[in-house]
Amino acid sequence: MPLYHTEDQAMLADTARQFMADEGNIAKQLRHWRDTNCKDGFGHALWKQFAELGFTGILVAEADGGLGMGNVEAGIVLEEIGRNLTPSPFLTSSVMAATALGAGSDDLKGRYLPGLLSGDSVFAVAIDEGAKHRPERIATRAERSGNGFKLSGAKSFVVQGGSADMLVVAARTAGSDDDNDGITLFAVPKDAAGLSLDVVRLVDSAQSAHVKLDGVQLDADAVIGEVDGGREVLNRVLNAGRVGAAAESVGVAAGAFDMTTTYLKQRKQFGQLIGEFQALQHRAAHLYSELEIARACVIKAQQLLDAGSEKADLMVSVAKAKAGKAAGLAVKEGVQMHGGIGMTDEYDIGLYMKRDRALAEFMGDMYYHADRVARLSGY
Amino acid sequence: MSDLDAFRAEIRAWLEENCPAEMREPARDEDDVCWGGRKFKFKNEAQKLWLERCAAKGYTVPDWPKPYGGAGMSPAEAKIWREEMNRINARPPLSSFGIWMLGPALLKFGTEEQKVHYLNQIARGEIRWCQGYSEPGSGSDLVSLQTYGEDKGDHWVVNGQKIWTSYANKADWIFCLVRTDKTNKYQGISFLLFDMESPGVSTKPILLISGNSPFCETFFDNVKVPKHQIVGELNRGWDVAKYLLGHEREMISGAGGNDRLNTIGAFAKRNGLEDPLLRAELAMFDVDALAFTAMGEKFLDEIKVGKAHPAQPNMMKYAGTELNKRRHELLMAAGGSAALEWESPASNNGSKARTWLRTKANSIEGGTSEVMLNVISKRILDLPGA
Repeated sequence: MPLYHTEDQAMLADTARQFMADEGNIAKQLRHWRDTNCKDGFGHALWKQFAELGFTGILVAEADGGLGMGNVEAGIVLEEIGRNLTPSPFLTSSVMAATALGAGSDDLKGRYLPGLLSGDSVFAVAIDEGAKHRPERIATRAERSGNGFKLSGAKSFVVQGGSADMLVVAARTAGSDDDNDGITLFAVPKDAAGLSLDVVRLVDSAQSAHVKLDGVQLDADAVIGEVDGGREVLNRVLNAGRVGAAAESVGVAAGAFDMTTTYLKQRKQFGQLIGEFQALQHRAAHLYSELEIARACVIKAQQLLDAGSEKADLMVSVAKAKAGKAAGLAVKEGVQMHGGIGMTDEYDIGLYMKRDRALAEFMGDMYYHADRVARLSGY
Repeated sequence: MSDLDAFRAEIRAWLEENCPAEMREPARDEDDVCWGGRKFKFKNEAQKLWLERCAAKGYTVPDWPKPYGGAGMSPAEAKIWREEMNRINARPPLSSFGIWMLGPALLKFGTEEQKVHYLNQIARGEIRWCQGYSEPGSGSDLVSLQTYGEDKGDHWVVNGQKIWTSYANKADWIFCLVRTDKTNKYQGISFLLFDMESPGVSTKPILLISGNSPFCETFFDNVKVPKHQIVGELNRGWDVAKYLLGHEREMISGAGGNDRLNTIGAFAKRNGLEDPLLRAELAMFDVDALAFTAMGEKFLDEIKVGKAHPAQPNMMKYAGTELNKRRHELLMAAGGSAALEWESPASNNGSKARTWLRTKANSIEGGTSEVMLNVISKRILDLPGA
C-alpha cells in the first residue's frame, strides 16, 4: 500500500482539518476551558460534534455501529487535534478504549459501545503505575472474589480520568509483577465503591488522575477479553495509543512549525526579516526534514498496524520515538525563534511546548521506545 | 488473484529461476558491484550471467519503456520488483550513473533518436557513464563553471577542466556541463555527451583520505564534440542539470535501499556490545534510520504519482547523507580497535575504516548539506531572501 492517503482518507482529512480549525481551535477550546477553570478540561458540546461527525466510531467495527476504519483514519483526526491543541478524550476513549472494548464479548460491547459512540460516556485508560511508562510491570491485583474480582492497587497518569465515566484498567490476575502473562483488562465504572481519584491539572492544562483501587468489587462480566490473557489485548491498546499519540505529536509539530515559519516571514530586526538570516533558515530547513521523516514513519506504523503485520510493534515504537523527537525539536525551536514573545502566555507557541511535553510522556517517551526498538531488534 | 498478485508470483518465480546464488548475498566491496561498460571486468561468471539475464528482460531498468531497454513496469509493478529483489537479498544486476542520472534526464529532455540509442546501451550495461559537473573553481557555486565549448559550425571544441568526476578513468562516455555562451551565466551552459576516448580527453585519479581514488580530475584539450550530441536546447543545459541533480540527490540519499528493517545495533552486537551508552546511541540512531527507511518508501511512492514536492530530493539527500555519516561513526565506535585496521586480511583491507572516511563525502558531493538546506529554505519553506 502506498504511503500516502487514499482519496477517502484525504476527504476525511479535509473534514477533520476544517472542523478542528473552526470549532476546535485554541481560542475556542484550550484557552477557553483553561481560563474558565473547567473541571473536565474539554468541552462536551465539541465532544458531541465529534460523535456526530462519526469520529468516535472510527475504530469501532461496523457490526458494532462504528465506521470500521483503522489507525490511519484515527491518526488523521489526531493530527488535526494536535495542530489545534484541541482538548478532547478522543485518544483515550475513541482510540484506546475503543480498541480494548473491540476485544470484549458481545455483551460487553452492547453495554458500553453505544455510549462511547454517542459521546455520552467517556472512557479513560489506567495502565501506568509510576511516573514513567512501564507496562511490562503491572502490580495492581485482581483477586477472584464472589462471582467476580476484587481490584487493589494504584494507577497514575490516567488522562481524562476525572471526567471519564468508565476506566479500562489493566490488572494482574496471576503471576508476579514482572510476568508477561497473567494480565486481565477490566471495564470499571468510575463510581464503583473503593475507587477514588485524585484529579490533577497537568502542564498542558489537561486533567489527569491518580486512581486508587481499594478492594473494588467487580462482576465477572467486567472482564474485557480473556482472564489472564489480557497482555495481547493490552498490547493492541498500547499500539493504538502510541501510534495515535505519535500522530498527534506530528500535528503539534506541524502547528508549531507553521507558526514559526510564519513568524520568520513577519518579524524584522536589524532592518530585515529574521527569516532572511541563514542561521535561522538552516535550522528551519532541518526541522522541516525531521518533521517529514516523522510523518512518514507514523503513516508506515499506522498501515502496518491496520494490516496486522508482525513488523507493526517495531514501527510503532519507531514512530512514537521519532515523532516525539521531531515535535520536541519543533516546539523548542519555535519558542527560541519567537524570541521574547515566545515566552509570553499571550502567544500560542508556548502552549505547543506544553502539549508536546505531555504527549512525549504519554504511552512511553523516546527513550523508552528507542530501548524497545533495540530489544525488538535483539540487542 | 489480482493482476498485481499474479505479477508478483511471476517475478518471484523468475527470480527463483534466474538469480544466481552468488548474487543473493549483500555486496561486500566495490568489486561486487557490477558497473558494466567497455572496460568492465566481471568478478565472476554469476555476475555476468545475472546482468545478461536481467538485461534480456528489461529488468536492469524495470520502469523504463520497453523500446528503450526497460520492462515498462508501472510504479506499482516496479515496487513489487524491488520488494521481491529485497526478499531474496538480490544484488542489483547493474549499477550505473547512466541508470540513476543520465537516463532520467534523457527520458525527459532527449530526442527520440537519442533515447533509443543511449538508453538501450545503458540498459544493457554496454556503456559506462561519468558526470562532468564540478570544476576546481565551481563547487557549490556550480553555475560559475568555466569549461568552454567554442562553436565550430557542425561541432564544438571543448577546453577546460572538471574535478570530482566519479570513475572518470573507468567510464566510456561523459555527460558534461559546458559553457557555450560566456555572456549569460544561467542560460549559457549546454549539456553535452561525448566519448572519453575522444582525442584531448585525459583523466587523473585523486587519492582520497580513504586511500582510494573513486574521483578524478578530467582535462579537455581541444575535444571535438559533434552538434547532435547535445541534450536539450543550446544554452539551456542548466535546466537539464538541475533536473538530473534531483535524481543524483535521490540516489545519494539511499532512498529505497531496502525495507528489511535491519538495525546497526543488531549488527554491532555480534562483536559484543557491552557499553550501555553506546547501546543507547545505537538505539537512537536505529530509530532515525528506520524512520528514514519509511521516508524513503513514502518519497518513492509520492514521486511516482507526482505528490512529492519538486524540491523534496534535496531534503532526502540532506537527511540521508547525514544519517549515513552517523551510521559509520557508530560502526567505527562499535568496531573498536579492530575497525582501525587499514591493511589486513581480517579487516578486508580496512573496509570499515575506508568506508567510514568515504561517507564524509556524502554530504559534500552532489550538493553540500548546507546547499541542500538553502534550497529547502527557498523552494519549500519560501523563506525571504533565501
